[in-house]
Amino acid sequence: MDYESLLNQCAYNLKPSGIRKFFDIAAEMDDVISLSVGEPDFKTPWHVREVGIETLQKGRTQYSPNRGFTELLVEISRYSERRFGLKYDPKTEVLVTVGGSEAIDLCFRALLNPGDEVLIPEPCFVCYEPLASIAGGVPVPVVTKVEDEFRLTADQLRAAITERTKILVLPFPNNPTGAVMRREHLEAIADVLRGTDIMVLSDEIYCELTYGDERHVSFAEIPGMRERTIVVNGFSKSYAMTGWRLGYAMGPAPVLAIMTKLHQYAVMCSPSTAQFAAIDALRNGDEDVARMRNEYDMRRRFIVDGFREMGFECFMPEGAFYIFPSIRHTGLSSGEFCERLLRSKHVAVVPGSAFGDSGEGFIRVSYSYSVKHITEALHRIKEFVSEEL
Amino acid sequence: MKTILDLLAENPRLSNHDIAVMLNMDEAAVDAEIARLEKEGVVRGYRAIVDWSKVEQKESVIALIELKVTPRRDTGFDEIAEEILAFDEVDSVHLMSGAYDFAVYVTGRTIQDIAMFVARRLSTIESVMSTATHFVLKKYKDNGVLLVDSEEDERRIDLL
Repeated sequence: MDYESLLNQCAYNLKPSGIRKFFDIAAEMDDVISLSVGEPDFKTPWHVREVGIETLQKGRTQYSPNRGFTELLVEISRYSERRFGLKYDPKTEVLVTVGGSEAIDLCFRALLNPGDEVLIPEPCFVCYEPLASIAGGVPVPVVTKVEDEFRLTADQLRAAITERTKILVLPFPNNPTGAVMRREHLEAIADVLRGTDIMVLSDEIYCELTYGDERHVSFAEIPGMRERTIVVNGFSKSYAMTGWRLGYAMGPAPVLAIMTKLHQYAVMCSPSTAQFAAIDALRNGDEDVARMRNEYDMRRRFIVDGFREMGFECFMPEGAFYIFPSIRHTGLSSGEFCERLLRSKHVAVVPGSAFGDSGEGFIRVSYSYSVKHITEALHRIKEFVSEEL
Repeated sequence: MKTILDLLAENPRLSNHDIAVMLNMDEAAVDAEIARLEKEGVVRGYRAIVDWSKVEQKESVIALIELKVTPRRDTGFDEIAEEILAFDEVDSVHLMSGAYDFAVYVTGRTIQDIAMFVARRLSTIESVMSTATHFVLKKYKDNGVLLVDSEEDERRIDLL
């Protein structure tokens, strides 16, 4: 069979992940020390796991309603109200999804018609571009700059808008840069959007992981923005629940209705066990979140200090659990830098170019590791810098 | 927020510079605070947590000895505790609630050594009514540190 001609051309032409080469090399080594993963090193809080176990013991293993268990929808809505002052109707404006990723996919598919443009601030998480494309949209990268601390500015947005612009993605706190948008930055973006019909997909999956005095502000909080915003969030990062695969979307009922319809046909409902556990996470997990955030915060300062002492320019990230130091002074491309570091010192970090062309010249370093682990990695990177650069 | 003490209790080998960075403090302030904690006896010392079972030439046996005693007039348990803790073989002495009075951890070269120590030294202390000796078979966790090989990092790097 000539599979190439049979396959969907758009899917076939999607770019594969840019780092496969690295983990193929890394897989051959037995003492790799990695600073490359994008998930918490903490385990799901025990009380949350226990609820999952209990519901399995009781045999609560059936489907949930398509949209999610009512109890969970209500808890999500309450959380949104207490954290951001945003009220969403659990019956019509909230949908529980299989991870934040499914919510992103559904949002694109619910909103995009062929040729609609999707503005995607870069560097960013790798899924927006392919998911927008497969939904018929045209991804338009908007490059954020280190001098702006990787924030999207009003001018950049204004310059990127055309009459075909349908969706703006707001991926903050940002993977891979660690950038956050404070209220004033969101206000400036809102000023540009007011009076347009542009919808916003605000991916706030890292919302609980911001550092410093100001906590995360949801884009939907900005006056006039709720009606055009689909907030995507989930349990993976906040509660260290990546493998449970549970996220959610909140937004205007007419959009959520279409997303729910697609969700119903594609996956029926999100995993029931994970939903029961998530109810407990929202009710009893605040202290766990604070403990983990505090730990990440210390590591953040520790690792930024370590990189700066080695002569890397490194902007102090305010969210997520990555730093994004510049490697331009080495004269290497980010791919070369990472490959040489891996081969010579067996340390794995991710080339910035994996997050869009604009990530070239940077590397993503995760601090979702113990201080001991980070110390060892920094030591090896220091050797690499002094011996090979 | 974690404190200097929290960080030192977890890992006393962190430099003052690193502690300052992690807690967003001035390094001089960290120096001064640690000096104060040491001076006031809040921090009593720093030591490595060693799994001696992995060091061949250093074979040793550890026992938990439960002591029942009769408290003395005037000095109660304190004077008895002082007599017990004076022995080099004794690692720790705790006064307990419940079925016995003192929990005493003792280290010796052999089981025989410890048996002799209990018979000749501990049980002969005035006011000691009875002893019960329990030998440690295996340590899994000590002072909050796992002594069994820790789990591997199962996270995958290819997911981004």
